[in-house]
Amino acid sequence: MIQALFKYHFLQNALLAAVLSSIVCGIIGVIIVEKKLVMMSGGIAHTSYGGVGLGYLLGFEPIIGAFLFSVLAALGIGYIKRRGAARSDVIIGLLWSLGMALGILFIAIMPGYPPDMSSYLFGNILSVTKTDIKLMICMTLLVVIAITLLYNNWKAYLFDEEFANILGMKTAFLEYLLLVLIAMSVVALIRVVGIILVLALLTAPAAVSALLTSSLKRRMIYSVLLGCVFCIAGLWISYELNIASGAAIVILSVLCYLTVYSVHSILSKSKRKRITAGASR
Amino acid sequence: MSNPAIQIENVSVYYGQTPAITGICLDVGEGEYLGIIGPNGGGKSTLLKAVLGLVPISSGTVRIYGKEAKGSRTVLGYVPQFSNVDKNFPITLNEVVLTGRMKAGISPLFRFSKSDREAVSKILEKIGIAHLASRQISELSGGEFQKMLIARALAMKPKVLLLDEPTASVDASSQEQIYRLLDELNKNMTIILVTHDLLAVSSQVKRLACLNGKLVYHGEPELSEHVVNSLYGCPVDLIAHGVPHRVLKEHGEEKTE
Repeated sequence: MIQALFKYHFLQNALLAAVLSSIVCGIIGVIIVEKKLVMMSGGIAHTSYGGVGLGYLLGFEPIIGAFLFSVLAALGIGYIKRRGAARSDVIIGLLWSLGMALGILFIAIMPGYPPDMSSYLFGNILSVTKTDIKLMICMTLLVVIAITLLYNNWKAYLFDEEFANILGMKTAFLEYLLLVLIAMSVVALIRVVGIILVLALLTAPAAVSALLTSSLKRRMIYSVLLGCVFCIAGLWISYELNIASGAAIVILSVLCYLTVYSVHSILSKSKRKRITAGASR
Repeated sequence: MSNPAIQIENVSVYYGQTPAITGICLDVGEGEYLGIIGPNGGGKSTLLKAVLGLVPISSGTVRIYGKEAKGSRTVLGYVPQFSNVDKNFPITLNEVVLTGRMKAGISPLFRFSKSDREAVSKILEKIGIAHLASRQISELSGGEFQKMLIARALAMKPKVLLLDEPTASVDASSQEQIYRLLDELNKNMTIILVTHDLLAVSSQVKRLACLNGKLVYHGEPELSEHVVNSLYGCPVDLIAHGVPHRVLKEHGEEKTE
């Protein structure tokens, strides 16, 4: 694969895409897991399918459509949640299905032969184009800048929103910004693992690093590194065995989480035993 | 009252159609130590949150040092209910207390200054949790966690400290330490304490408010049976717990034990 990497542009693009998406999902994933926003992220991701369909229907870049739809979904969910008018899990569920349904509708009424949607649904890192890379670079930069610039604000807000409010922090702004950042991350990840598989890449690295360290900053760094490992190893597996890259990456991430989880629980159990043994002696 | 720190005028708060508190009028003077008691769902926490601006007020006004409360209220330090804070968040005790030094609004590239850090370590020293500064909050006991929340509120350098059941799920010795601390703080700070702990009410606070949707009583911390009955509506239960008489008349003896 190393030789091929120098030879083929698509592999270089794929590698770059893997690194970029790892950065995004490492940082945002930790926040999603901590704030228990996993389902909301799933909702935002699936709503974007409508945008992909609209892109095909009206003849613009589908990923732009996905971006618009997911940002709108994020803002909508945030607004309804803030108003407290309806239960947000209901709204998420509805948007989730509505987005998919719109996507199917747009593709159905589109004139001509229907495009292959599976690269959006399941991702194909090997088909990432220059345009995709540019978009991903933009998204990654925006996410990294937004998080690092306001790191202390984020930390205070994520830990205790109420207290941040009393301090006079603009918590509404932070909440909406966070949702938009999630939407952006989802869009950045769609080309790599697809709409359906995006949740695993957002949560697995963060969940693994949560088992390894209890510092927020280190968690983010570990998640980025783990994401890189998952994506690049998945890319290699998919290249060598000729299977879909999204599937390879997701299966690898979940297996890794399960392994680390079981090792972690065995270790802590034996540690507990040692402590009890020491205490009873 | 010559110099009220907080003036609550005819404040009502509704959650949807349900009134949580109605027509509350209450003045809290500078340097006062006010205890608020009442049954569950009596609106104690809601009243605190209304003062803090965390819930929208349906009618009435809250004035803080004579000014109508709007936007940031950093003269108010808030110690939330223990159970409302995420205890598994990856953050150390020191970092939590430092958030009390953060500025209003959004501060890009915010860094805590040396004086912030010094102020925080002084507070930790005072409260007696300095040795836990680098501990993850998930590894703290209930009492330590509660003291951390008080430290965070103090880091704001507030003039008024509002506490929502600071001794719930805290062991007896930490409870005593917390009350001693509040007593000490009251020397130069106004304190509003929401509590279920009727023992604390009688021995600690200087004034008392009893809340059950409405303000049932406000005055000296001596509860008559009549007030307790209209507050809890179930005198049998109270006598079974042995609360009003023992608490209000005999706490002095208990201390000498």
